[in-house]
Amino acid sequence: MTFSNSAELLSFHWVAYSIYSALIISVIAWFGYNLTRKEKAKSIVRIPFYTYIAFLVAGGVGHHIFTYNAIPWVSQDITRHDITPDASYKFQMEKQKWIGLPKERIIVQCGQTIEFDVQSRDLVYGFGLFRKNGSLVMQMQVNPGTDVNGILDSNDILWTFNHNGVFDLRSTEYSGPRAYGENGEDLLLVKDFMEVVGCKKDGGKK
Amino acid sequence: MSFKENLINGTNFDHKSLNALQKVTLRAVVMSFLFYGLVAIEGMIMRLVQVGPSNPLPEMFSHPDHYFSIMTVHPIVGIFGSTYQLVFAAFMFLVPFLTKKPLYSIKLANFVWLSITIGTALAWIAAFVWQYAPLYTLYWPLPADTSQFATIGGIVFIIGVALIMLGTFGFIYNIYATIFARVGVHKDKTTKELLISGFGIDGMLNLWNKLRGKQPYSKEPALALPVVAIFRGTVDTFLDAVVILSAGVLVLVYLLFDMGGSPLDVGAIDALLYKNYFWWGLDLVADGLVLIYVAGSWYLLATLITGQKLFMENVARAALMLELLVSWMVWSHHLLADQGQPEMMKLISGEMVTAFELLTQGLALFITLVTLWKARPLKMTMELKYLLGGLIGFGLAVPAAIIQADMGMNRVLHNTQWIIMAHVHIALIVGLYMTLYSALYVLWPIVTNNTKMYSSKMSNIHFWLYLIGGVGMGAFGGMAGLDGMLRRHLYVDGEFNTFMVLAAICGTMVLVAWAIFLVNIVMSVGIKGLIGIFLPAEDKTASYGIEPEVIADNHKV
Repeated sequence: MTFSNSAELLSFHWVAYSIYSALIISVIAWFGYNLTRKEKAKSIVRIPFYTYIAFLVAGGVGHHIFTYNAIPWVSQDITRHDITPDASYKFQMEKQKWIGLPKERIIVQCGQTIEFDVQSRDLVYGFGLFRKNGSLVMQMQVNPGTDVNGILDSNDILWTFNHNGVFDLRSTEYSGPRAYGENGEDLLLVKDFMEVVGCKKDGGKK
Repeated sequence: MSFKENLINGTNFDHKSLNALQKVTLRAVVMSFLFYGLVAIEGMIMRLVQVGPSNPLPEMFSHPDHYFSIMTVHPIVGIFGSTYQLVFAAFMFLVPFLTKKPLYSIKLANFVWLSITIGTALAWIAAFVWQYAPLYTLYWPLPADTSQFATIGGIVFIIGVALIMLGTFGFIYNIYATIFARVGVHKDKTTKELLISGFGIDGMLNLWNKLRGKQPYSKEPALALPVVAIFRGTVDTFLDAVVILSAGVLVLVYLLFDMGGSPLDVGAIDALLYKNYFWWGLDLVADGLVLIYVAGSWYLLATLITGQKLFMENVARAALMLELLVSWMVWSHHLLADQGQPEMMKLISGEMVTAFELLTQGLALFITLVTLWKARPLKMTMELKYLLGGLIGFGLAVPAAIIQADMGMNRVLHNTQWIIMAHVHIALIVGLYMTLYSALYVLWPIVTNNTKMYSSKMSNIHFWLYLIGGVGMGAFGGMAGLDGMLRRHLYVDGEFNTFMVLAAICGTMVLVAWAIFLVNIVMSVGIKGLIGIFLPAEDKTASYGIEPEVIADNHKV
């Protein structure tokens, strides 16, 4: 099982967590009901203590093993400095503004791996790409800072795009009220920042 | 008795019969619930703003300065003004109650609630008057950004937070001084014995000896398990207070230099290093003291409600020690989206050690449920209902956080409404507060000298409205997060309108539940009694000695 983009992962997560929520609420409600009954309740299932503990450990650790194998951007993120991207975009942020963004909409071919390197000259910001329906493609934090030579620290991320779409850019971290206009409009929102083309309808290269 | 008479005189509450410990406990409880009302109203304002242009609020609330001021003080009022006060009050009453020793100092206990109340009020005023809004995260260098915020607002805010932390230190001192006092049952105990028991080492040695087929290290541990949890959680409370206070001092120094006309270079502080330091401390609240205190409270409530020994007590003691160590090493899960954070720290601290919280909290849930199960049949009293509600809260909230503490999931969930609603709000509103309500119903007769609650119908309405509203608000907010709604962001066009309307409806249920609870309490103690709580106690006794068995008797069918 592999998720080719975040939309698939989020849908899976929605279903899995909803089932879990219904289950845990039901289990405790069942306990509550049976705590008050005089006649002995029949156990639906007997779970020995150490099996339960093993389940918790397996759940906690197994979750990460599952996502490492099922979510492609995890290993890519860890080894990103050894990967040569198909294209790189570098820009900065200062005083609640993007500086040096490409003038034209970025066009990405399906399956390309793109590097975004964002630097901040003053505050902590965020870098996030959003689909037109508002859902999150990916994000990272943008921390300010310089090295000993005064060169701004990098905040870099690699991302492989497997689905067509037009994405907006937003700062995903609060940088003060000046990031908004008088009426609350988001001044760091860049509509139609990039577009992915050339994928099949349900994802992947044509 | 007529409504008016009840409102003035309460049911059978007599504030003159209360001793000093009972009065100081109730003072903090009153302040805590007043702050709770404030925080619920703030939450509702933010929720309604997010509904979009159709919201009924005056336009000023949608203004970014105003909106983020509310967002800044919302957690300060909620976590410190309300939760800290309630937890500290409960523990400063419980430690003398469980150890059968007087509280070290009533004066110090009065200082604690006053200091936290004034500190919270100052932080709130800084946001309300000067619209100081760096949010509770205080990400460097935003709190020292005087181009966006008035310097005086920042100074007042930091003084407020510092007062809260001073009150916290007062609580810590009072708790440890009481635990280590060699009087009463601890007359013949050494400090070493109390320390070994406090850290749960006796529980670990008992398990170790059992594995080797030897006699237990200690058949009767020096400290009862709930006191061990309080002892252990208070270690994290101390470390957390040190970190928050020192971060506050740093901001204050920058603001004072700025005011003096010679601003310091904010670039001298590494933003990522600061984030690590601050999250290490702040996370001790969420993953340290809250989880440890809650586990201890569940154990206490389960034993008080059933009148029986806790199931697998040695395992529970050892697990509390594990939880303490885990809580010191998990902060990196807040930094999984920070690309400068070393990958190994993300992997070990952020993912693997954090996953242990599933184990420790799952263990606490299991032990509590089995303890209750073994004592059935039980009466479904208010305290038992709330305890089960608290278990549901953490049963939902802990996995929600573990899911996000993953490098893959975090990339699409960080800073969304998922973490703040499906995890934080459900953990606090449902998990923590329902546990605290359970403690309140258990302790109510002891702290108020058997005052009759005005209406059990109101108590039940409060329970159901609160449970459904709390879970619903967290769930709909969490769904909005999955759809990409950010947590520290202003949406004025109703982009996530449907989920926000549903969350607002559930939030209203929580607010109404609080109002019903408050009316029930006021009608029980009366306006006169409420005022009387704040008058000096005639009986200066600092302890109270009702036997726990008396509480258990009330739950037998």
